Order: sequence, then structure tokens, then C-alpha cells
Amino acid sequence: MKPVSIVEGRCVPLDRSDVDTDQIIPSDWLKRVERTGFGRGLFGEWRDDPDFVLNHQEYAGATILIAGPRFGTGSSREHAVWALMDYGFEAIIAPSFGDIFKNNSSKQGLVTVVLDARDVDELNHLIKEEPARLVIVDVEHLRVEVPEVGWQRQFALDPMTRQRLLNGWDDIGITMRREDAITHYESSSLAPTLEGIFDDAGHVR
Amino acid sequence: MTARTLFEKIWDEHVVASPEGEATLLYIDLHLVHEVTSPQAFDGLRLNGRTVRRPDRTLATADHNVPTDPMSVPIKDPISRRQLEVLEENCAQFGITLFPRGHENQGIVHVIGPELGVTQPGMTIVCGDSHTSTHGAFGSLAFGIGTSEVEHVLATQTLPQQMAKSMSVTVEGEVPVGVSAKDIALAIVGRLGTGGGTGHVIEYRGEAIRNLSMEGRMTVCNMSIEAGARAGLVAVDETTIEYLRGRPGVPSGEEFEGAAQRWRSFTSDPDAVFDAAVTIDAASLTPFVTWGTNPAQVVALDGTIPDFDLMSDPDQREATERALAYMGLESGTPVRDISVDVVFIGSCTNSRIEDLRAAAGVAGGHHVAPNVRALVVPGSHRVKKQAEDEGLDQVFLQAGFEWREPGCSMCLGMNPDTLSPGQRCASTSNRNFEGRQGRGGRTHLVSPVVAAATAIKGRFATPDELIA
Repeated sequence: MKPVSIVEGRCVPLDRSDVDTDQIIPSDWLKRVERTGFGRGLFGEWRDDPDFVLNHQEYAGATILIAGPRFGTGSSREHAVWALMDYGFEAIIAPSFGDIFKNNSSKQGLVTVVLDARDVDELNHLIKEEPARLVIVDVEHLRVEVPEVGWQRQFALDPMTRQRLLNGWDDIGITMRREDAITHYESSSLAPTLEGIFDDAGHVR
Repeated sequence: MTARTLFEKIWDEHVVASPEGEATLLYIDLHLVHEVTSPQAFDGLRLNGRTVRRPDRTLATADHNVPTDPMSVPIKDPISRRQLEVLEENCAQFGITLFPRGHENQGIVHVIGPELGVTQPGMTIVCGDSHTSTHGAFGSLAFGIGTSEVEHVLATQTLPQQMAKSMSVTVEGEVPVGVSAKDIALAIVGRLGTGGGTGHVIEYRGEAIRNLSMEGRMTVCNMSIEAGARAGLVAVDETTIEYLRGRPGVPSGEEFEGAAQRWRSFTSDPDAVFDAAVTIDAASLTPFVTWGTNPAQVVALDGTIPDFDLMSDPDQREATERALAYMGLESGTPVRDISVDVVFIGSCTNSRIEDLRAAAGVAGGHHVAPNVRALVVPGSHRVKKQAEDEGLDQVFLQAGFEWREPGCSMCLGMNPDTLSPGQRCASTSNRNFEGRQGRGGRTHLVSPVVAAATAIKGRFATPDELIA
């Protein structure tokens, strides 16, 4: 994945709690075998509504989404991350995230920033007041800033995720360097394999 | 030695490496694969010239998008058809055992693992599906992963993981008559909320859990993710071992007894300490139904739709108001007065033989209400065949239910089984999210017996209402 150290851009305030991954990308889109083109399906159930915040002209071109608590709960579909990124989002700020979504985001370079609910409210307020305000998410210094008004908050990110984002590391490549340890583990594993259970056509022998 | 939780024991047994300052590299014993979250992962392997490290620890089935029409009806949707073909091509290329549509072992991935006996205690099991937590019922550490992680497991049979916290959810005492495993699951999700289990692995404990069959335990573990927990598990006991005895994936004779002896160690030590603990009084449970658009929005079937005006927290008030508007419901309406258009009995939560027996036991001798469409979708071909051997298909058909081919079906509406906008469905599945079962569809999560009684009455009902 591409390294990410700073996301700089405008925000969209998505004032909703419990936005699950079915809302982010409806299941109809999951039939596709490609990894691209999911942006058109983003928030599919809501996009037809002209009042939906993503359709507001003043938020066009935003790269940071400000969401409510428990963003990305539910289904494990990484398609949710692909859809957000394909649409143009590079960072999501919320009081909390679904575990699998947060993990999937880190594998794709989508920055998930957890701030206190009160800080998210403040940020929402600043953006609604002036949608053109520039916001900076600094992964290197773990800081969110609205430079125009001098608003600044620190955020936490586990050190591994931060390193991975900053360096754009490929997890699989890193793990493969531990080939010896994996082979050693396998040599003493007691867990059964599927060996001998099924024939070539998948029938039980 | 320090007392350990079941989760810690399984974790410790699977550590490949735990380098200072890095995530632990965890070995994965079994990787279950399906058509929806795998194609991009296989593409990734090809792109990087990588292969599947352990095809003998990888098992694939078609489930999410398969139509539930008979095999003689071709798949109309070219995109669905293509996805299933791609799964077949990928499994053939990388030497992975696959159960394609119509195969005798095909079914929902979380139904076939246990019924084939390839889900076993103490294992680490992953799948690109959040309901992988189901397999935790066997005292295994099982969790859902995204497609990048699917690719990682395919290539290395391992995953870098941060250790989660542990939470015990104890359901004390015996549940009242008429309360099923699904009601226990809904009660737990209602109590914890959609985020209560985030960052935790839940161990379900207590008399009410011990008294459940393996299928009931799977129902409870299945919905762990609805409370935000990636995994939920139940300690191994004789119920676990007797369920596994004689299944294709387990050894036989003395070798089985040896395995069983090892499995019995997969329990938490008596003085193990959990990071969080929740206790629920089983006697307080009752049949439940969800009223809103997330699975924690639960109310007793005897209850009424909540009143958002009475809520003091503005966020909760707004979320409730939004959910009720979507669901087309008025505060204060008695649940039993709400009529339904569709009833769906199926999904990885409730599509196993005991679920079908329970539903058939309620439906037998009655008929589905006029204007209600009721579908029964067995979890697998094995479940379907067993149900047919027991004559359950005839019970359902005579009662006016549709008896369909196995798959995920209307749980997530990726196949043609979907709700139309505004349709209201009593569903034995696990998610009532907006549009989950079809755009504009309204989902209420219930147990199999409540679903069956509701189909007969045409409105939310419990089986006792059918006894005239």
C-alpha cells in the first residue's frame, strides 16, 4: 500500500451513530470480483436522497469523513474500505470504530482516527460553521488540526499501525520473512488438517 | 502456573512469534473461504507470485450469493454467476477443496464446518466473514477477517494480531419455557449494545449456556459480533465431545478418545481473571424481537415499541427516531399488533436441524397467514437431507412455507431472495440493518419458533398463541 503520513483536506460531517458496513456498501455490490469501482456504491441506501450530506455541494471533494460512534460495525467486508477510498476518503474521524473495519482500514492505508465524542462534536461544529475549513490529520505526530482556528487534538494509534501507514508496508512480505518460525511451529502443531477427509471431488471418503 | 482463560490458552498455543514492539504472529489452523471475500485475495496472490501455503488447512464453499432455487434453474444474474465461477477457478488453481453450488457438502460456511467435524476444540479458525465467531461454540478461537487478511492467511497460514481483552458473559440459572438460544443471544446483544464487546473476546458461561445443545451454543456465539466482539467462545464439555463423535472430520475409536481427552483441557481455569464480566439472570429472559435498525434494539415480544420522547440522551433519541421512521413503526405499539409480509427461517444463526425441527413443531397442522410469504432455507445440503429424512419438508410445505435450497439467502439479500421496499420481515438471521434484506426492507430478528408462529398468525406471535 501507499505510505500515508499526512491527510490534508476538507471534511464531511456524517452525523449518525452505528453506521454499519452494510450502510457503507450494500451487499448487492459484493458480487463483484474486482477491487476497484466501489465508490459509486458508497452509502448506497442514502445516496439518492438530495438531503444526504454527501450530496451537499459545499462538501464535494472532501477527503476526511467525520462519523458518529461505532462506525463500521457489522460485516467484515473490506469492500467498505475500498468504497470509502474509491470515493476519495483518506481518513475517517469518529469516537469509535468496529474492530474488523478498523483493521481492514489499516491494511489499505485508510487512516482511522479515534477522538473523544466531545472533540468530534467540536470538529463537526467547526466544519458545519465553515465547510471549506482545511483539516490536517498528521499520522507522524498523531495530531488532528484545524489550522485556521488553531484547534488541535492528539490521537492514539497502536505503534504497529502507525509504522505500517507511515512506511506503506506490505504485511505479507513482513510475515514471509518469518518463514523459519512458521515452519518450526508447523512441525510441532497438534491441530488436525483436512488431509484424507475428502476425495478430489469433495466427497467424504 | 498462572490461571488462564480459555482464550489465553488457545492464544498461547498458536503463537508463532512475538517480536518486541510488533504484533504477535498467530498460527491459523483452519481457513474457511467463500465466494464473496476471496476473489480479490486470490488476485493478490497471483499479482505477487505467491501461492496458498496450506491447501490442507483451507476449505471453500459457495454460500453468500447462491440462489435457493433448484439446481435446474440457472443463475440469472451474470455477476453472481461469474463470482461463483471465479471461486471454482481459484480453488482449482490453488488446490483447495471446494463445495460448489449443489454439492452434497455445500452450505453456509458456518454450518458446514461444525457438521463436517472440521471445526474442533482448541483450534484457531478464520474466515472472511464476521459470523466466524459461530465456531467458538466448540471452544475454538474463531473470528472474521477482511480480504487483505484472507490473502495473508492464504499466503502464510498466519495473522499478525494484537491480543484482545477477555470478557465473561455469564447467563445464570435456567431459562423459562419458550425461551430459545436466539433469545439469549438477543438479550446479550441488547445488554452489551453494538459496541459493548469491541476489543474483547467473549466467553459465554453459566448454567443456561451449559444447558444449551451445540447448535444453541453456535447461535449464541454467532451473534458475538453484533455486540462488537470479534470472537465468542464456550468451554468444551461432554456436549461438545458427543456432538463431534462420528463426524467425518474427527478420528474414530481410540484416537477419538485421545483427541477428546486433549479437548477437555480447553476450559478456563477456575480462578482465571477476565478483563470484564457481565452477568445475566436467565429467569428474566423471554422471547425477544428487534424493533430497530441495529441488533441491540431489542424488546420483549410482550412489550411495546419504545418511545423516543422519553429518552434523555439526545443521540439515543435521534437514533431511535431515525430507526422508527425507517421501520415504519409508532412508539407505544404492542409488538404483537405488528403484522409482517415475509418470514425467513435460515442463516448461519438459525438454519440447523434443531432450528428446523423447532419451527416445524410449531408450524405443523397450521397454515401460513394469507398475504405472508414464508421461506425455509436450510443451512446446508446435509441439514436439508436430514430434514427431508425426518419429513420436516412436508410439514413446512403443507403449512404453506417454501422449502428452498441451502445458502445465506435472505439474511443479506445477495441472491434473488430479497425484500421489496417497505416489506416487513420476521427473520431468524442476525442483522436488522437498513436495507440488509433488500433495499427499503424492514427486518425484525426473532427465534425460529417465534418466526414460525408469526408466519401462521401474520403478526408477531409466540407458539403458545397457536394452542387453541
